Amino acid sequence: MPKHGNNTEHYMRMYRQMVRIRTFEDQANQLYLTARMPGLTHMYSGQEAVAVGICEALTDDDHITSTHRGHGHCVAKGADYNAMFCELLGKEEGYCRGKGGSMHIADQGHGNLGANAIVGGSTGIATGAALSAKLLGTGSVTVCFFGDGATAQGLWYEVMNMAALWRLPVIYACENNGYSEYTATAEVAAGSITARAEAFGIEAHRVDGQDVLAVNELAQSLVGRARKGEGPFFIELETYRFHGHHVGDINREYYRSKEEEADWKQNRDPIRIFGGWLEDQNIAGPDELDAIKTEIEASAEAAVAYALEAKYPDPDEVDMHVYSGIDHALPYIDGARA
Amino acid sequence: MIREITHSKAVNEAIAEEMRRDERVIVIGEDVAEAGTPFKILSGLVEEFGTERVLDTPIAEPGFMGMAVGAAMTGLRPVVDLMFGDFLYLVMDQLCNQAAKTHYMSGGKLKVPLVLRTNLGATRRSGAQHSQSLHALVAHIPGLKVALPSSAYEAKGLLKSAIRDDNPVVIFEDKLSYQDKAPVPEGEYLVPFGEANVLREGRDVTLVGTSSMVQVCSRAAELLEEDGISAEVIDPRTLVPLDEGTILDSLRKTSRAIIVDEGHRNFGVTAEIAARISEKAFYHLDAPVIRMGAMDVPVPFSPVLEDLTVPTPEAVAANAGKICRGELVHAP
Repeated sequence: MPKHGNNTEHYMRMYRQMVRIRTFEDQANQLYLTARMPGLTHMYSGQEAVAVGICEALTDDDHITSTHRGHGHCVAKGADYNAMFCELLGKEEGYCRGKGGSMHIADQGHGNLGANAIVGGSTGIATGAALSAKLLGTGSVTVCFFGDGATAQGLWYEVMNMAALWRLPVIYACENNGYSEYTATAEVAAGSITARAEAFGIEAHRVDGQDVLAVNELAQSLVGRARKGEGPFFIELETYRFHGHHVGDINREYYRSKEEEADWKQNRDPIRIFGGWLEDQNIAGPDELDAIKTEIEASAEAAVAYALEAKYPDPDEVDMHVYSGIDHALPYIDGARA
Repeated sequence: MIREITHSKAVNEAIAEEMRRDERVIVIGEDVAEAGTPFKILSGLVEEFGTERVLDTPIAEPGFMGMAVGAAMTGLRPVVDLMFGDFLYLVMDQLCNQAAKTHYMSGGKLKVPLVLRTNLGATRRSGAQHSQSLHALVAHIPGLKVALPSSAYEAKGLLKSAIRDDNPVVIFEDKLSYQDKAPVPEGEYLVPFGEANVLREGRDVTLVGTSSMVQVCSRAAELLEEDGISAEVIDPRTLVPLDEGTILDSLRKTSRAIIVDEGHRNFGVTAEIAARISEKAFYHLDAPVIRMGAMDVPVPFSPVLEDLTVPTPEAVAANAGKICRGELVHAP
């Protein structure tokens, strides 16, 4: 059963979630540019309709695996701003107590098994989660998010084979934003992306990843079918990342033109497209949409302020959580007796 | 009288008992079902537990390793069968970047209770890609536990402990000893991690042996006894955690140590244990700590060459004799 019917509340929730992702990323980018965030991060801006369209078709009992460009999946799966910003800043109240950071946020409570800093590295985990669902009879579905760049990794082909053999409830969601890090994917990927899944007998779809309604409609259908044992499925979502590979990838004309970027931002911004549709359908007026944006911006600013003030983990934590059931790893691995 | 069973049978019993005890335990790997693995270790499991819990996979080590990680994160307790230890190189990302780090990276929220069973050991005339002993590679990675059973008794007790552990555990079986028998109790027992076994007490020299090298050290101790040298033999049984206390206590008594392990000598397990002794018990030492490992060459096929690469009881006894007589093993 879809979580939401096709009604105003559902549409407005999807709109809000897309704005929450964009706003989160704008704040994260500012944290980087003002040197208040350790390390760097990969912006999801531009791809919001993918995460929201798919995650709105899932429940908290369904799993996702995410990528280095994972903030969007995390927000869309239900994460809280405070715990996310705390994680980005390495604070104790972060989702992973500051031990994961931007590229490893996991939010088990909402079924997010974690972002992954190895391109394609989570395809095995997602397929294994689907194996659990099948063997334990939980009825849950797993969505494996990955990019076009990850289609070059061998692991995915191995696990697609097993997913197809064993009819596992997994949906492979390939966000094709056109670029494998700093290289146009067209230069490094032979043949068709969907044909890769079809070779295993997996039903494959292509959808406009800037159209949240199209994405959500397809996701509702495939999630429902996967739950009934008709999976696995593959979706290629045509989308675009508005920023570079990461926040520090500023001068990128050697692989991507400014004209191309301007065209996508002007004409294919998923939030602008969906906002326009909401207005055309008289579901929401421009003032209402502006108010949503203003309210979310205020909540993001408050969360950033909260995270900046939040406490770092105690130094004592450095060797905690290495092993489940062991408080501190260092004495343990040297054989200290309890 | 206590019964004797083979190492292979001990592994089979451990898995079967744990699968009966806990329905979340599954076996996954290549040819694990009807074939029961090339070593016939798992014969009978699929007949008892069915193909849903004994999963024959395609030849895709990274794939089934990765799936085991995801399955472990979401409620199953997979026992992964990696047919040869040499194939570890294929699964390193899923094992070391994913399984080993997930609990830590998630701040303790996610757990990966899985066991990777594989093997080690040369002299089976299997060539350079089916003969390696690669446990040092994974013992280097925080987040993994590493067990090295040296007999059927340890094989069963350590594997049962591993399956009940909430962390990823890599367990290396000595493929040359699958048919070796040892006394194994009929009833339920576990061998805990981090507790070394002192096989033989002695005064003059400590021989620390792992896995296949425990028998080599025990035989060396018999040879030394004939020369009037009293050797203590210790089997750490797990590398992570490592029972340093038992090793250091022994060293303080004997003042001499030789560490014997079938992994390559350089940058390996023997170096790690020798370094810990020199850091923590240096002033008790009467002789340099000697490392003996597999020769630092790829394992050759020709039996004449292959046999040169693995420590023998005679070589261990010869080195022990030297350090006990105050002679240098390595010329200055």
